[in-house]
Amino acid sequence: MQDFEVKAYPEMWHELNMDVERFDKARQMLGGAYTKIFLSQANRPQKMAYFDEMISEIFGGRVKELMQAKKEGRPVVGTFCVYIPEEIVVAANGICVGLCGGSPGSIPDAEKILPRNICPMVKSAFGFKAGRICPYFQVVDFVYGETTCDAKKKTWEILDRLVPTYVMEIPQMKKERDRTLWLEEVKDFKAKIEAVSGKTISSEQLAEAIKILNGKRQALQRLTKLRAANPAPISGKDALLIEQIAFYDEPVRFAAKVNELCDELDARAAKGEGILPKSALRVMVSGTPMALPNWKIHNLVESAGAVIVNEESCIGTRYFKDLITEGSLDMEKQLAALTDRYMRIDCSCFTPNDERVTQVLKEYKDSAAQGIIHYSLQFCHTYNIEEIKIREACQREGIPYLSIESDYSPDDVGQLQTRIEAFLEQVEG
Amino acid sequence: MDIGIDLGSRALKMAVFDGDELLECRMVESGFTPHQQAEELLKGLKPHRVIATGYGRHLAHKNFASGVITEIKAHSLGARYFFPQAMTILDVGGQDSKVITLNREGKVVNFQMNDKCAAGTGRFLEIMAASLGYTLAEFGPMALSSDHEAPINSMCTVFAESEVISLKNHGVPAADIARALHLAVVSRLVGMVRRMEESATLVFTGGVARNPAIVSLLQERLGVEVFVPSLPEHAGAVGAALHARTL
Ligand code: SF4
Ligand code: SF4
Repeated sequence: MQDFEVKAYPEMWHELNMDVERFDKARQMLGGAYTKIFLSQANRPQKMAYFDEMISEIFGGRVKELMQAKKEGRPVVGTFCVYIPEEIVVAANGICVGLCGGSPGSIPDAEKILPRNICPMVKSAFGFKAGRICPYFQVVDFVYGETTCDAKKKTWEILDRLVPTYVMEIPQMKKERDRTLWLEEVKDFKAKIEAVSGKTISSEQLAEAIKILNGKRQALQRLTKLRAANPAPISGKDALLIEQIAFYDEPVRFAAKVNELCDELDARAAKGEGILPKSALRVMVSGTPMALPNWKIHNLVESAGAVIVNEESCIGTRYFKDLITEGSLDMEKQLAALTDRYMRIDCSCFTPNDERVTQVLKEYKDSAAQGIIHYSLQFCHTYNIEEIKIREACQREGIPYLSIESDYSPDDVGQLQTRIEAFLEQVEG
Repeated sequence: MDIGIDLGSRALKMAVFDGDELLECRMVESGFTPHQQAEELLKGLKPHRVIATGYGRHLAHKNFASGVITEIKAHSLGARYFFPQAMTILDVGGQDSKVITLNREGKVVNFQMNDKCAAGTGRFLEIMAASLGYTLAEFGPMALSSDHEAPINSMCTVFAESEVISLKNHGVPAADIARALHLAVVSRLVGMVRRMEESATLVFTGGVARNPAIVSLLQERLGVEVFVPSLPEHAGAVGAALHARTL
């Protein structure tokens, strides 16, 4: 195993007004976990080196880039949800960074203020800001929040005290008038970004931004397709990691690096080479987002000898399955096309949301999986309830199915391990 | 000779097969170093294969076992050994409880496990028996002797224990308290079984299946026939041994 370290930049962290001492412990732990979970894998694609580097520089290099961008007057927006119209930020020469919300370490900070029985992702993210232990949170101009679930919606009001939080209203249904509302919100958001950057967004800039983000989403689509090969050319853990990095890396560079990796995977698939033997069981995960550094389910499943071949999740296909129609230079039409794309996101916050059930079954087929694990964060009511419909659909289709509800604590790891192994025995038949 | 070992949270169980014949079953407490205890149990035996199951299965695999299966699979195989028609299996052990549904061929189609909590497990009964001053063996028959349960509201082991103390101090007969505690466990188990596919019978395995009050209350509340194997606590070990035979 090579020497791996998440690099430290204490001076810069001071400059960002962070709790440096505490943060440094978290940094060391992240490095340890990463070594154990990722670098211990045999047969890893060589082009994963770039993504390893991204983790090694997660608290340094990328943060520096953001600080530099800010100095140049470019807006830097912290995000939590795939409903952020990234194209608008990029059109203004700005940057979106997905904020981390996948660690148990920041939850005690959040629980000093927030109720304990809400989604761990919301608590974890809030805790990163409250404890001043995330450089990204420190660097952003403002945080983009949205009215999706209640936990987030109400947390924004409290978070706004610590960092400016701009909230967009996301409709809860998909009727024509909901689309109209969303379009209005998109326009308001554009005005907001223009106010922050002090420049008007031109239709040429928006067209360019649409192209850039389509390119990033296409690269991720390509990676997903490659995972359908048997044997799978890449582990689920590595693919998940890339999907997580997608939220904070520079989009053009990221797309190029994902495509380079895909070239390597293409060659692997052509030779019939894989990360595990052909006989390894193939599992798809569906459900709530898995924010950095939440690798819990993937680690458990792959430690039991199976391979994860798809994530039907916001950190996964929900982020990149849909593209925006390109070609128009008419701002009204561009914003309408953008709205249409975002209205296709099948988050469980919508009702009804049967598109998601169809999508899960489609991805199951496309990825040549042999079973589905539904993963829902604890206290996420919308996904936990929608789980019923996914379960029924799997029963109807005869798809082996396991539902897991879990938070970030290690308490349930033993039990989850047994349940996952039993599920794999079931898939094996 | 094939051996199955079930390294449970409270006890180690071992089943020895010679061909089709179940030669013997042994059980000891898990102790502090279960896998060493298990190696002790195996002394003098010359098995072809040892398959481990239960909490300690991976540790056993590292040390001496040739393979592992989960408790889910082990109890399914074990239940079918005693009752070849078994479709729904309830296993209640020291620290967890589970319900398993099989198809006609005996393959697992669905299963459920309790939350990370002692409620609805053998451990709950053990602590409650002790708080009333009885042994586990006395506790079940004692509950059966009452037909009137005292009010117990909490399923949490800690809170239930303090409720027991307060009932005792109010002069409520011990048998009534015992019945209420058994019912508390049974209502948890009934909830788990009800979430699964319906079935007219239930095979009940694990050490708690030896408790006559749990069996009778389960039967009454679920309205299904409950079958208990002759060696309920060994179902997992038997299942593991049967799996060893197929390798
Ligand atoms: S699950 Fe819904 S609310 Fe959460 S990130 Fe995804 S789209 Fe946003
Ligand atoms: S996982 Fe669920 S509860 Fe958590 S932020 Fe997303 S929608 Fe809200």
